[in-house]
Amino acid sequence: MLDIRDLQAKVGGGNDILKGINLAVKAGEIHAVMGPNGSGKSTLAQVLAGNPAYEVTGGSATFDGRDLFGMQPEERAQAGLFMAFQYPVEIPGVSNAYFLRSAYNEIRKAHGEEEVDPLEFLDIMERNLALVDMDQSMLQRSVNAGFSGGEKKRNEILQMAVLRPRLAILDETDSGLDIDALRIVAEGVNKLRRPDNATIVVTHYQRLLNHIVPDFVHVLSAGRIVKSGGKELALELEEKGYDWLETPAEAVA
Amino acid sequence: MSSSIENLVNREYKFGFVTDIEADTIPAGLGEDTVRAISAKKHEPAWLLDWRLKALRRWTTMKEPHWGNVRYEPIDYQDQVYYSAPRTAKPLGSMDDVDPKLREAYDKLGIPLKEQQVLAGVAVDAVFDSVSVGTTYREQLAKLGIIFCSLGEAVREHPDLVRKYLGTVVPYSDNFYASLNSAVFSDGSFVYVPPGVRCPMELSTYFRINAANTGQFERTLIIADTGAYVSYLEGCTAPKRATNQLHAAVVELIALENATVKYSTVQNWYAGDEEGRGGIFNFVTKRGKCAGANSKISWTQVETGSAITWKYPSVILQGDNSVGEFYSVAVVNHHQQADTGTKMLHLGRNTRSNIVSKGISAGQGNNSYRGRVFVGPKAAGARNYTQCDSMLIGNRCGAHTFPYIEVGNDTAQVEHEASTSKIGEDQIFYLQQRGISKENAVSMIVAGFCKDVFKELPMEFALEAQQLLGITLEGSVG
Repeated sequence: MLDIRDLQAKVGGGNDILKGINLAVKAGEIHAVMGPNGSGKSTLAQVLAGNPAYEVTGGSATFDGRDLFGMQPEERAQAGLFMAFQYPVEIPGVSNAYFLRSAYNEIRKAHGEEEVDPLEFLDIMERNLALVDMDQSMLQRSVNAGFSGGEKKRNEILQMAVLRPRLAILDETDSGLDIDALRIVAEGVNKLRRPDNATIVVTHYQRLLNHIVPDFVHVLSAGRIVKSGGKELALELEEKGYDWLETPAEAVA
Repeated sequence: MSSSIENLVNREYKFGFVTDIEADTIPAGLGEDTVRAISAKKHEPAWLLDWRLKALRRWTTMKEPHWGNVRYEPIDYQDQVYYSAPRTAKPLGSMDDVDPKLREAYDKLGIPLKEQQVLAGVAVDAVFDSVSVGTTYREQLAKLGIIFCSLGEAVREHPDLVRKYLGTVVPYSDNFYASLNSAVFSDGSFVYVPPGVRCPMELSTYFRINAANTGQFERTLIIADTGAYVSYLEGCTAPKRATNQLHAAVVELIALENATVKYSTVQNWYAGDEEGRGGIFNFVTKRGKCAGANSKISWTQVETGSAITWKYPSVILQGDNSVGEFYSVAVVNHHQQADTGTKMLHLGRNTRSNIVSKGISAGQGNNSYRGRVFVGPKAAGARNYTQCDSMLIGNRCGAHTFPYIEVGNDTAQVEHEASTSKIGEDQIFYLQQRGISKENAVSMIVAGFCKDVFKELPMEFALEAQQLLGITLEGSVG
């Protein structure tokens, strides 16, 4: 589904943050990308989603066979790539319902499907609201405006549930969440798991991985994947921290 | 990103066509002869000619105001045409008598002048250059005693009403442009709603400047008698021309005891090209008087066009407990300049006013909010709330706020809130990441910013306003 080869990227005019990432994700898989602060894991998520503040300086990525970096951010979204933001953005005056229906219809249009009207969409929303333990009142509120940290993250998962992406990238979705919100978010993600979709969980801590169990764990350090393994690697990191990995980085990579 | 921001603003002005129609025009220039000629063409009574001449004499002693935060080359008032009318063989008996070319022009504008109006439920008066070309629905309104016609007709058929109210809110000596208008006004709309009558439909005027080098000086007078209600919509367009055209209109609203007047404008005069050549100078005086107790006047405006906008729809809150409202969205792009806002003059007790202004600046546009809140010594318990927000798109535009507050009664409460924000690249990316194109993302963010004003517009107008906003800003983000 996603095939990343020797990816290098930077922010603005700075030095490369990603220095050659190789990663392949297949349908049905959950991958966790872990690493200390500054290792480049959020950059990886932003670059895949197409944030214009980041620049790809080398390497390639294909998404279902298409050249990912040749696509606009909205084209990537329409092709089924979804990123749950670490800091969801507030859009005052635009209702959540209107925003989500617009997004839903844009994606349908891109697939040659008919747009749904507000009433049909309300049905779709009702089915999904329960998944993240939210009620209908949030549909009329402005997108993320005045939401608590937990509400914002749940709103991200709600969007993911409604848009049903092929590939979901969760960018530090656990940051700033209390344990209850963490559980709601994780359960939402688990319920959305299907054989034909895949998830990349970007996180600093192991605790989210108690709820969302990954098939693969990759450790990022200084812009490279320095170690890959199964879910037990996350536990090992929890126990030993990241320090023990940094010295042999070159050898492992 | 900022170069991309510029790409979104560049779409053609689609109302820029010129209609080739035979016109009856008074030669350029302004003097007593011009005023007498206009008055004679309109077969006006002596009192009105006298009023026009007083205005002209006053005007010749006045100086063009330059306190606005706008810049332009001097206007040669002797080089303007002050009267131009489509030439018709006979007076219009019905809508079917309207010149087909004129009808075609209005069709292009999407203005229904015939049966469609029955469906639309909007009564329309259309002013083409200087004269009113037809008023629909008149009979239905007449059954309720509502008068909706051109001002010229009102002068002939309801002279007492016109004479009683004309110039009582905006006197002929009010300001440079109002005096000019008083001297040479050609036509406009007149509305009178009798006591206790609620006008059952939105009344609407569509203004169109067609002839070259012609100024449009329409004058609108709306009176809601005791306990009456009326909602009035105004829309405007003009052809694309390389030279600037002057538009100096006057609108007077009068609300007697317990009456309400709601006045909505979507202004889309030609704004000039990307380099700032051509476009309309929109120098307009709009004012309402809440003459009776418990009356209410509400202005809603969406200003997307004109090279320069200079207008301050205001309310004189004379009656006790009267309410004044001003909801405004002003958008400037390319080299457009807008200096707009309101004046709320609290004279009566417990008068209230509410001001919501949303300014959006893109390209090299310059947007100023100018507002005055005045509370007189007798206005005990007066309250004002002002909210004034600016949004910047790109790095070369400007937003300014000039609030003036004078309070002469210490029981009054006046609040002013202001904010300035840049449209966020993070907001645009967030919407794009959900599958929404950059252009639609900008439209959505801007519409959200303007929501408090759009919700005050009648439904069909709100949609038009939102689309217009999208078109005006297209290319401002790329």
